[in-house]
Amino acid sequence: MPAQLSPEAAAIVRVRIPSPLRSYTGAAETDVAVPVLAPELPPTLRGVLAALDLGYPGIRFRIIDEQGNVRRHIKVFVGSRLAGDLSTPIPAGAEVMIVAALSGG
Amino acid sequence: MARAKKTPVPTASTKRVRLLVATRKGLWTLASDPARNAWKIAGPQFLGHIVHHAMLDPRDGRTLLAAARTGHLGPTVFRSIDNGRTWKEASRPPAFAEGSGRVVDHTFWLTPAHASEPGVWYAGTSPQGLFRSGDAGVTWDGINGFNQHPQRKAWCGGDQDGTPDGPKLHSILVDPRDARHLYIGMSGGGVFESTDGGADWRPLNKGVRADFLPTPNPEYGHDPHCVRFAGGHPDRLYQQNHCGLYRIDRPNDLWEDIGVGMPKAVGSIGLPLVAHPRDPDTLWVFPMDGTSVWPRTSPGGRPAVYRSRDGGRSWKRQDQGLPKAQAWWTVKRQAMTCDARDPTGIYFGTTSGEVWGSRDEGRTFRCLARHLPHIYALESA
Repeated sequence: MPAQLSPEAAAIVRVRIPSPLRSYTGAAETDVAVPVLAPELPPTLRGVLAALDLGYPGIRFRIIDEQGNVRRHIKVFVGSRLAGDLSTPIPAGAEVMIVAALSGG
Repeated sequence: MARAKKTPVPTASTKRVRLLVATRKGLWTLASDPARNAWKIAGPQFLGHIVHHAMLDPRDGRTLLAAARTGHLGPTVFRSIDNGRTWKEASRPPAFAEGSGRVVDHTFWLTPAHASEPGVWYAGTSPQGLFRSGDAGVTWDGINGFNQHPQRKAWCGGDQDGTPDGPKLHSILVDPRDARHLYIGMSGGGVFESTDGGADWRPLNKGVRADFLPTPNPEYGHDPHCVRFAGGHPDRLYQQNHCGLYRIDRPNDLWEDIGVGMPKAVGSIGLPLVAHPRDPDTLWVFPMDGTSVWPRTSPGGRPAVYRSRDGGRSWKRQDQGLPKAQAWWTVKRQAMTCDARDPTGIYFGTTSGEVWGSRDEGRTFRCLARHLPHIYALESA
């Protein structure tokens, strides 16, 4: 698990991984440690994905393009809500779920 | 027409042939016995990945790169330094500059650079972008001389324009005499040349038709499908274009139409082109139906290779062993190749997942593999 910071400085966020990305994680879910700059500033999806990529190099670019947008056939949920962009805050205890949308043939 | 001067190139007379078969659903390899008679298939690697291209580095004989993506995930490059036994992902795959607004949909084309630059590779992407790796494919950087050229958008059009599967930068050619002398082909955009290692580019499209554009002789905006050096003679290039077949003999900058000798019922439209590895006057093409709504099938459902031995002045149909009727597949621009043997082997992979091969320069063909996924690229390795 890529947690590298002390519990005081980091929020632990559970990330659920879809099957196309499990070649990176080897598991359907993983916990990542996201730095918390101040108690009143919750971690964001940007921080979660950065922490995920630290543990599993290359995974972020398969999800997010070089302009910082979620790729066309990927959806990311924070809790039960679809995340609009990377600045989406992660409430305490919320899980991040990455979904490979139905597509292709 | 003057015949090109031939430069002797050593041949590997009895070497086994290996083919890298890049498909819509993964990568396979086909390996021959020394006689090129028996073939064994192995794979898949990357099952479920769309593999647009896979190439061996001829400078070390063991490094392989594969350009891949899946239906869901973003594009990447896989690399092997042990001839395909193990693979690792590039740590920084080709990607446009942050803030440019452009997104690489997939890496489409891979070219090992000059023999004097071990570990250097070039990659062409969809939409049109040019990238360079100096560490055998681990990290990639954009070539700003192209990607940020003030004329790039005028040359290429928007990122949504172009071929049905997305606009592409392909046919990255490195002059074997000069590492800084490069050519690229773009669908759309045309053929461009750089003499300073990619710092600047100029269009090289005179004489090439662009029937789909309103101006009769545009400087750029053409649709080359595949551009190759003539074997052993890098002052000559052949081009299979959306609007016919062409040859150019540098330093001349005018392409000559060599499609006029093709049978009218077949036409001169196609995607791939293969140059003989040693004879600069010999090349092969695989025509497809480019009439009406562009079916992109073999014309009339009767597939055939066409070969010229006189630089494109005349063509001979080669279809012995191929289906005689009701075969509606075609061959994509990277899916036809040759080996270095004498006589040269000619190979192609079809949109219906078959690999066909000839060990007598196209006189007779036989099917080497079938039931594979849609084949995107075939390279001899």
